[in-house]
Order: sequence, then structure tokens, then C-alpha cells
Amino acid sequence: MALPKYTEPHYRIWHYFYLFVCGCVFFFLIAPLFVIFPLSFNAEEFLVFTDGMKRLDPDAFSTRWYKDMVYGTKNPWGLAAKNSFIIAIFATIGSIILGTLAALGLSSRHMPYKGLIMAILISPMIVPLIISGVAIFFFMAKAGLAATHLGIILAHIILGTPFVVITVTATLSGFDHSITRAASSLGSNPFNTFMKITLPLILPGVISGGLFAFVTSFDEVVVVLFLAGLDNTTIPVQMWTGLREQLSPTILAVATCLIVLSILILLTAELLRRRSERLRGINR
Amino acid sequence: MSSEQKILSTDGIPLEESLKQAEKKNKIKAFLLVTPLLLFLIITYIIPIADMFSRSIDDKMVTNMLPKTYKAMEQWDGKELPSEEVFKAFYLDYKILVENKTAGKLQTQLNYEKNGFKSVLKKLARKQKKFEEGNYKEQIMKVHKRWRNVDYWRAIKRRAPSYTYSKYLKGVDMYSNEEGKIVQVAENRRIHRILWSRTLEVAFFVTLFCFLMAYPIAHLLATLPMKYSNLLMICVLLPFWTSLLVRTASWMILLQQQGLVNDFFVWIGLVTNDNRPEMMYNKTGTYVAMTQILLPFMVLPLYSVMKTISPSLMRAGKSLGATPGVAFFKIYFPLTIPGIGAGCLLVFILAIGYYITPALVGGASGTLISNQIAYHMKSTLDWSFASAMGLMLLTGVLVIYWIYNKLVGVDNIKLG
Repeated sequence: MALPKYTEPHYRIWHYFYLFVCGCVFFFLIAPLFVIFPLSFNAEEFLVFTDGMKRLDPDAFSTRWYKDMVYGTKNPWGLAAKNSFIIAIFATIGSIILGTLAALGLSSRHMPYKGLIMAILISPMIVPLIISGVAIFFFMAKAGLAATHLGIILAHIILGTPFVVITVTATLSGFDHSITRAASSLGSNPFNTFMKITLPLILPGVISGGLFAFVTSFDEVVVVLFLAGLDNTTIPVQMWTGLREQLSPTILAVATCLIVLSILILLTAELLRRRSERLRGINR
Repeated sequence: MSSEQKILSTDGIPLEESLKQAEKKNKIKAFLLVTPLLLFLIITYIIPIADMFSRSIDDKMVTNMLPKTYKAMEQWDGKELPSEEVFKAFYLDYKILVENKTAGKLQTQLNYEKNGFKSVLKKLARKQKKFEEGNYKEQIMKVHKRWRNVDYWRAIKRRAPSYTYSKYLKGVDMYSNEEGKIVQVAENRRIHRILWSRTLEVAFFVTLFCFLMAYPIAHLLATLPMKYSNLLMICVLLPFWTSLLVRTASWMILLQQQGLVNDFFVWIGLVTNDNRPEMMYNKTGTYVAMTQILLPFMVLPLYSVMKTISPSLMRAGKSLGATPGVAFFKIYFPLTIPGIGAGCLLVFILAIGYYITPALVGGASGTLISNQIAYHMKSTLDWSFASAMGLMLLTGVLVIYWIYNKLVGVDNIKLG
């Protein structure tokens, strides 16, 4: 953002000050994430930059914490990772199916009580997690689903659907309904129309909603803390216990893996967003 | 054709009616699509939240400890001393409690109702081992003369109402005393009010800090050319997609006493090496970490509003003689108010119910109301109190949500 030549000096100073403030805020946002990378390769057990690391001495770096993460004795991360992925994948599938159906209904102009129903469907996103956790725990305990995978998956479907509903409704807002009518008039049955016409067009919205649901489930700890038994531990629960007891470099190794995962998710989400914007651009 | 004659569709039904039928069919179709999710949420989520209310006003603790006594007391009118039957039932109930070593809980609970009850009950616990069968009324009254005082029996009866709002009173550090008046607890025991005000304070300041930091960068992102802003947007989106625990862990590393932030302060000479300040396990830690974690939730709504403001408006203002400052406050700022409203309310709602980060970096002086709810759920197992506190918090959030809905509209929430 270059300034025009005629800008007066004090506005020029103001402008550079503004850029400086922005730079600081961006630094504040992103820098904490990058502290974890080097420290996870620390050869020592301490979570500070050792003198060797400051000199970039190769001996001060090691991958021992990564080895500990994978092969360590009585190590919880393998089971936790397995549970996390199973729970997140099933929760995502459930959220996508329920959320997309509901979004299709909600974006129909015939839908009665739209505001009220939307408010109910989005409520798990607005209600503080701790309250959701308490309520879901009471339900699961009564239904005998506490400390089971199924219970946690259902809980995560509750928390994940609002994201799918919101993203798919947003995608459908630019959707041209005359093409589905055209398909019907050409003799396609509703199911076929949905699979061949509607779904491919709203797919970016569905997938990005699914990503939100996946991340929500994969990152969720409050509700799982109430519901999980020893066999249902997940990565966030293990991190939570680890952080409460002692901050060990192994946790940082796990954290690094999670950051890499989130970079991948971010890239996917960005690609989808651009594709969806392009598609909607054509419709207009 | 007369005016009463209706236009008919091909199958002979009036067009108006067949249109109505089609509309009705569409309505049902749309509703059926929503039904699975709606039912699922109502059963697993909405009803359990409503159930928290019945749990919070339903206090069965003492009732379950003295089942026979309350059964026998059903016929007692509460005017004179109860009959032998009640004395006998109380003796039997209390005997079980003493044998199971759970009498202490009852003593505490009844002492809340009537001061001095504890010592009377303790004496009974010691003496009742020598009780003989029959005529319990005489034997109990012989143990302590206060058993002849009908007030003590009334206190027992009063302790078992079918519902109670005492948990809500406890949530704001009040209780109802023997005379049924609502009074405050002693000043040094008012922990919950401190927590409520701290929660509000933290939520307010985190929202304020987020706003002050998000406004300039959202503006920069909205005005920069696409190729630069997309790159900078990653700085906002990457933390947004990263696990909350990872971000909290990185703050724990940065803020520890030997951490980088303290290293930096020493390096620029702000503090000396041997008295590095404690920045974690107190309110500072909570503020810093929560602000960074919630910042993307403020940037994204602001950005999406600022993106729609045409830059020619500012140019027009300036060409008409406004200084950049005036142009900003008269033109640009008012146009961003919807975004500010959305961002602030979103961050405030999220901050007010925050649990994980305060628990990890907050220490004792930085924990919030959510931590107290979790504590009662997991440690003291006083679930009715946890429910009551949860519902008080929920009411606050719903009020804010309602304002949010009025100002912005729920269906206008955008993600990413």
C-alpha cells in the first residue's frame, strides 16, 4: 500500500506506525506456534533454548522426543491417536449427513419456523462448552453410553453439525434452484437429482463444513474429559493431562505433528473456498 | 365467465387449491429433511439441558439420608413434638448413617438449617449405642434437652422440600437462614461472587484487547491487494485451525519464568535476571493466552464487513475536504459497526465460558466460573450445584446471544 507522493509528513509517520502495529499483531498471532518447532527437537529435557541450540550446534538437536512419542514405554499416544481418528472420522460422517440434510431443508423457502429451528440447530456452537459437557454427560450416563466410543462420537456429532449447517446453508444461498427443476422436468427422480446435480455443486461447502466438524472433534477436550474412560482417551485428553502434570518435550513433538496437520487442513480449506467462490461467481 | 368461476388445473381441481397442496407438500418435504437433526439435538442436547434445571432445584441429599424419618414425618403437623413413630424412624436412619460413617454430612447439612445442631447430633451418635429397644422418644430426649425443642424437628422437616433454590443462592454467595430470610455468607467466604466478577472482567478485557488488535489488521487485510492479503490471511487462519491445546502449550513455554518473553525483558533491560516476573499461573497468563487464541474470531467478522466497504467512499470524503482522521471516524468507522458487533459478541460469548486455557495457565487467581463448574462436576460431585451454576452462566450467554441475533442475525454468521 504505497502512499501518494503528496502525503504530508505527519500522515506518513502515522501510516508507518499503523503498519508497525499491524506487524506486531501478526507476529503476536503467528509467532507462538513457531516456538514449538525448534524446542521439540531439543536434545535436553528442559523446555528452554539451551546454549547449544542458540549456537546451532547439531549435538543440541535430536529426534529423541519423536522416538519417545512413537516407541516410548507405556506410551499413551498410539492409542490416543487411534481413538482420536476413529472418533473424529465417524463424528464427521454423522455431522455431514445430518447437517447437509438439515441445511437442504432450511434453505427451502417453504420451511416453516426457520428462525427458531436455525437457533436450535446452531445452539451447540453458542452454548459454552462446559455446559454442553455437563448436559451431554448427564444424557450419556442415563443412556449408558458414558465411557464408550459411541457416546463420544454422538457428543461430537452434536458439536459438529452447526458448522456443517452453516457452511452448507451459505453455499446453498447462491444455489440456482431452477437447475434442479430442470433435472426433474427431464425425468430425474429426486435422489438422482440430488446426487448428480445438487451434491456436486454444494460439495465445497459440504467438505469445508466437514473439515470444521473434523477439527472440532479432533480438538475437543472439555466434553471428552467428562465422557471418556481409560480406553477412550484421545490426543487432546492426553495433552491436557500432560500439560497439567508436567510439560514434557514429547508433548511438543505431538504438538508439532498437530501443527503440520492443521497446515494441511488450512490448505485444503483455502483451496475449497476459492473453488466455491469461483463456482458461485459463475452462477451470478 | 363469471367472477366466481375459478381457474381449474388440468385435473379439474381449482388452481388455487392445487397450488396450496403443492406448497403444503413442499413444506412437509423441507421439514422432513430437518427432522432427523432436530430430533437428534432435542433428545441428546436440548432435553438434557432442560433436565439440568430439574437437577439444580432438586436437592435429595438429606432426603436420601433419612428416608424413614421423612416417611414418618408425613403425618406430623409441625406444631408440637413429633410422635414416637418419628423418633423411632429417626433413630433407625441415624444408626445406619453412624454405622456407615456418613453421619458427618448430615450433621453439616442440618447445622446449616439450625445452628448448634451438630453438637446435639454428635452427642446422640455417642449415646445411641447404649439405647434399649422401645420408647425411643424418651431415650432420645434424655440424651440432650434440645431434642425437646420442636424447632430442631422443624429444621429436619424444612431440610427436605420437594424443590429448593438454595443452590442458586449458593452460586451468588447467599443462603436462607433459620428464619427463612435470604442473607449473605460471611465476607471471607464469598468465593463465587469473586469468580463471577472475574469471569466478566476477563471476558470484557479480552474482548477489548481483541478488538484493539483485530481492527488494524482486519483493515490492512481488507485494503491490501489480493496476493498480499491472501498470504497474511494465513497468519490469521493458521492459529484458527490449530489445536487449542497446542496454542496453550506454546504460551506455557513462552511465559514460564525461564521462557522467551522473560528472556526478552531481561535482554532489553526491563527486569533484572534474578527477579523475573511470574507471568503464568495468574491473570496475566489468562489474558495473554486468551487474547491470542480468540483473536481470529474477531478478525474474521471484521474482515468480511470491511471487505464490502468501497474505498471510493473514503476518497470522496477526502476530496470534499475531510482530513483522513475525520473521514475515518465519520465514514469508515460507522460502516464497520456491524462487524464490530459480531466480533465482540462472538469473542465475549466464547471468553465467558472458557475452560481449558484458564485451567492451564490461570493458576488459582486466573480461573473462571467454568473451572468452578468442572470442579464441582468432577471433584465434589455436587452435580446439582454444578447444574445451577451452569444454568446461571447459560442464561447470561443466551441474553447476549439474543442481542447478537437482534443486531447481526444468527444466519449471518460466516466462517472463514
